[in-house]
Amino acid sequence: MSLAGILGLSGLVTPHVDYVSILPELILSVAALLMMLAASLFRRAVPRGTWAISTAVVAAASIGASWYLWDQVQHHGAHTAVNEAVAVDGFSVFFLMLISVALALGALLADDYLRREGLDGPEFYVLAMLSAAGAMFLAVANDLIVVFLGLETLSIALYVLAGYHLRRRESSEAAIKYFVLGAFSSAVFLYGVALTYGATGSTNLAKIGAFLAGNQVVDNGVLLAGMAMLIVGLGFKVAAVPFHAWSPDVYQGAPTPVTGYMAAVAKAAGFAGLLRVLYSSFSLLRTDWQPVITVLAALTLVVGAVAALVQTDIKRLMAYSSINHAGFVLVGLAAATSQGISGALYYLFAYTFMVIGSFAVITLVGRQGDARHRLEDYRGLARARPVLAAVFALLLFAQSGVPFTTGFLAKFSVISAAMQARSYPLAILAMLSAAVAAVYYLRVIFLMYASAPEPSPELTTALAVSVAGGGPGVSLPSAGAGEPVDVLPVGDDGIAMPPAVLLVLGLCAAFTVAMGLWPDPIVDFARHASLLF
Amino acid sequence: MTTLLPVAQSTAGGGFGFPILPAIVIVPATMAVVLALLPRSRQELARWLGTGASLVVAGLAIAMAVRFRTGQAGYQFVVAHDWIRPFGVQWKLGVDGISVFIVVVTAVLFPVAIAGPRVDRDIRSYAAWMLLLEAGCLGALMSLDLLLFFLFFELTLPPMYMLIARWGASPRRSGAATKFFVYTFAGSALMLIAMLALVFLEARSSGHVTFDLLTLTAQQHLSKDISILLFLGFAAAFAVKVPIFPFHTWLPDAQVEASTGGSMVLAGVMFTLGTYGLVRFCIELFPGASVSMAPLMLTLGAIGIVYGFLVAVVQTDIKRMIAYTLVADLGVIVVGLFGFTAQGFSGGIYQTVNHGVSMAAMFLLIGLLIDRLGTSELAAMGGVQKRAPIFAAVFLLVTLSVVGVPGLNGFIGEFLLLLGTFLTHRWWAVVATVGVILAALVFLWAYQQAFHGTPRTGRVGAELSARELLVVAPLVVLIVGLGVYPRPFLDRINPSADRILARVAVVAHNPPPSPPAASGLPRRVEAQP
Repeated sequence: MSLAGILGLSGLVTPHVDYVSILPELILSVAALLMMLAASLFRRAVPRGTWAISTAVVAAASIGASWYLWDQVQHHGAHTAVNEAVAVDGFSVFFLMLISVALALGALLADDYLRREGLDGPEFYVLAMLSAAGAMFLAVANDLIVVFLGLETLSIALYVLAGYHLRRRESSEAAIKYFVLGAFSSAVFLYGVALTYGATGSTNLAKIGAFLAGNQVVDNGVLLAGMAMLIVGLGFKVAAVPFHAWSPDVYQGAPTPVTGYMAAVAKAAGFAGLLRVLYSSFSLLRTDWQPVITVLAALTLVVGAVAALVQTDIKRLMAYSSINHAGFVLVGLAAATSQGISGALYYLFAYTFMVIGSFAVITLVGRQGDARHRLEDYRGLARARPVLAAVFALLLFAQSGVPFTTGFLAKFSVISAAMQARSYPLAILAMLSAAVAAVYYLRVIFLMYASAPEPSPELTTALAVSVAGGGPGVSLPSAGAGEPVDVLPVGDDGIAMPPAVLLVLGLCAAFTVAMGLWPDPIVDFARHASLLF
Repeated sequence: MTTLLPVAQSTAGGGFGFPILPAIVIVPATMAVVLALLPRSRQELARWLGTGASLVVAGLAIAMAVRFRTGQAGYQFVVAHDWIRPFGVQWKLGVDGISVFIVVVTAVLFPVAIAGPRVDRDIRSYAAWMLLLEAGCLGALMSLDLLLFFLFFELTLPPMYMLIARWGASPRRSGAATKFFVYTFAGSALMLIAMLALVFLEARSSGHVTFDLLTLTAQQHLSKDISILLFLGFAAAFAVKVPIFPFHTWLPDAQVEASTGGSMVLAGVMFTLGTYGLVRFCIELFPGASVSMAPLMLTLGAIGIVYGFLVAVVQTDIKRMIAYTLVADLGVIVVGLFGFTAQGFSGGIYQTVNHGVSMAAMFLLIGLLIDRLGTSELAAMGGVQKRAPIFAAVFLLVTLSVVGVPGLNGFIGEFLLLLGTFLTHRWWAVVATVGVILAALVFLWAYQQAFHGTPRTGRVGAELSARELLVVAPLVVLIVGLGVYPRPFLDRINPSADRILARVAVVAHNPPPSPPAASGLPRRVEAQP
């Protein structure tokens, strides 16, 4: 804070930029630009996997930089930088780590997919790194303008990523849908920024908080409207009901690795922004926003659990499941205590691994053309691909909250926060929604372990779709009537097991179990992050 | 009130050179992982490894029970380590008279369930899930930390789900398995809420968050209303698991759809776990609320008895018929427990053990019978006795044990239960006795249908093979042993049962905020049969 004071004296002069404080974001942005540059300079073919591996290395560097910042924060305390626009505290660093990890996993996951679909190239990774940088800015922002900057950087890169599969109509449709609704929500957010500025005279989160602490706002309609709009804008990003309508369509249409990455990063960043705005600026208006968040949480839990029951497409199902998970994180927020925040943070960290791992399986099972996403396509998977099925079963069990996995501890930490804050009805609702959600996770698990299907008309249709959508890269032999190898979704009919994806699966499964058995490190991390706010 | 809560004095090893209780949990869990990693081609090896590991666990459990000190009410072999420090969760295990024989029976049943039934596909995964289930059950039975208990309790769900969904018979098994999972999960969800509420309410008065069972039992400053709510939250989980009457509907489906091994474990272990939970958590943690809620529990138990047998009589499928008698038998146990008398309480715990053994044996034999005849319809059975006299004899023995014929285990438990209930709740005892008579009717009728008369289909049962005899033998030994010489068992159960009853009595005598329950004060009678 002393640094902030010094910076405050510099007046209107261009602010001093403390580059170390934004090192992870810089690493990602610069690496993205360099990669673009390199790609245009060396047009010749690069060894396969170069882009993905470079991205993973960059993500690792950004983890290293975040680690350094974590060390700084622990020894010297939280501080702000760049004229108080950016906060370097435990909370920021937590999200910097989380986003870097998600980026590395997403890059490894995408590598084979892009080659398989004939989309290989550096652009995907450039966009991923930029979106991650945007997400990081959102997480470290200490100013509504920076929040907006991060939000837009993240979103615009994600719009393009959602439409990255050029030859799939669904992909473009998802991108358009995401873009239109996303732009709308950004506009709402921006209007919220304007109203908040009008009411408090600042866009700086800390200063807004200080203003509210120092002044009695008699007629606070403008302020409340601004806050509501900020919540709506960020609520859209995290797909909180009733701002969730885009999410099933976009999850379904976007290329599967993008869906996994997006589910992890956009959600984490959105919650980072929401937490920051609510706790840094509006913590004094708690009595105003707490009921709103509680209602959002309840709706999100219920819709996420119930609507998923009738889905027949795995990606839509996962979309609703992720809505249900968002509901749990909102339960943590609604508690409005430091236990609630650390519970929400832990939840997001655990969820990152569970969701990227799940989408890694979905990517593989989707096969060439990225089209086999009906639940029926999972029938009998265990027979042909026991490891894949076992990992997916593990991750789904974890998502449903089975003990000795991070999934349970995540639910436990937010529920216990809600209980400590005495919001018993919300806690009970959340647990019951988890019971309902178990139904659809179990359905997938049952299908995987059920016996192999008989060839049916629907399966042939699925094949036709996959052929039609596959584009030039399709290498399936023509689907004759007596071609069981191609008709059956099991067996050696196109599920490749690339090492990078296996690595992702291994990491996600190992993290989910190991941190479930030995929870102290991440629980402590989340707890410290919420204390060093 | 703390004087009533003797805490175990024994050292960590209890005379063993190593912490035996963690070993009982870790051995099956580790072997489950090993089996999961084993190549799928090594099915026979997996069968042997699975059976071997579960036999080791059984050996450990029996050794533990042998070293268990008689006449002590507290927990023994206690092991405690910090686990999730930020939440105050400990890895704390221990056994007392309530749990010791349930642990032993559970550990003995699993090798039988792994090696006994015919498993028609993927014995490797079957054994792995069984062992994971065993780790969950045993862990839950020995946990002295509420959250640890909850974790183990929940850990039983995925394996049980898989055992029903993958190794079950008919296409309806998916629905049955899901129903089982969701019912239990929902019940557990309420328990988790109640658990957290209890912990945080205690933390508010004591200043630090702990899930330690002993600490929470010792210091409770809850008002009557709150403790009743918490009691109901815990009871929700166990009422589904036991199951008690209106929450039983998942049971017949799950029992019928599960494979033989799955049915055995459900009948022999899962329900046992539910009853154990009622005693350990509902009654011991909330003695006051238990007394207030006793009329409700007694009523539900009694309804379960009558309902279970009446529905059982009209079933045509042998597995479904026996499944409904389970509802009734468990109702008898609930009535005995909530009568709060020395005999009823000890009898309830003893009968929980007995019932686990007998019912597991019953479902194993029914599984063998169905395998032989290719049908589970009673009407299509008959005449097995002529071809397979030994099979019939064993089946009859198990049937008589369930019915409660003197000299076998069921008699001791049921006698104590009915005697205890009669002392305080005469009319409930009448209902329960009628139920017990009906049970004889149902079981003997089923036996007669299946084994007597003439074969009604072309297939008649073959005699028990040597392997099958070997597998059934330990259960038969237990059935006779528990029936003929109950004293060593009751001597170990009684002190702990008395400890809990003393708590109940004290709370009922000095009701902190509550008037005595309508049913009157529990009368304690010293006599031992």
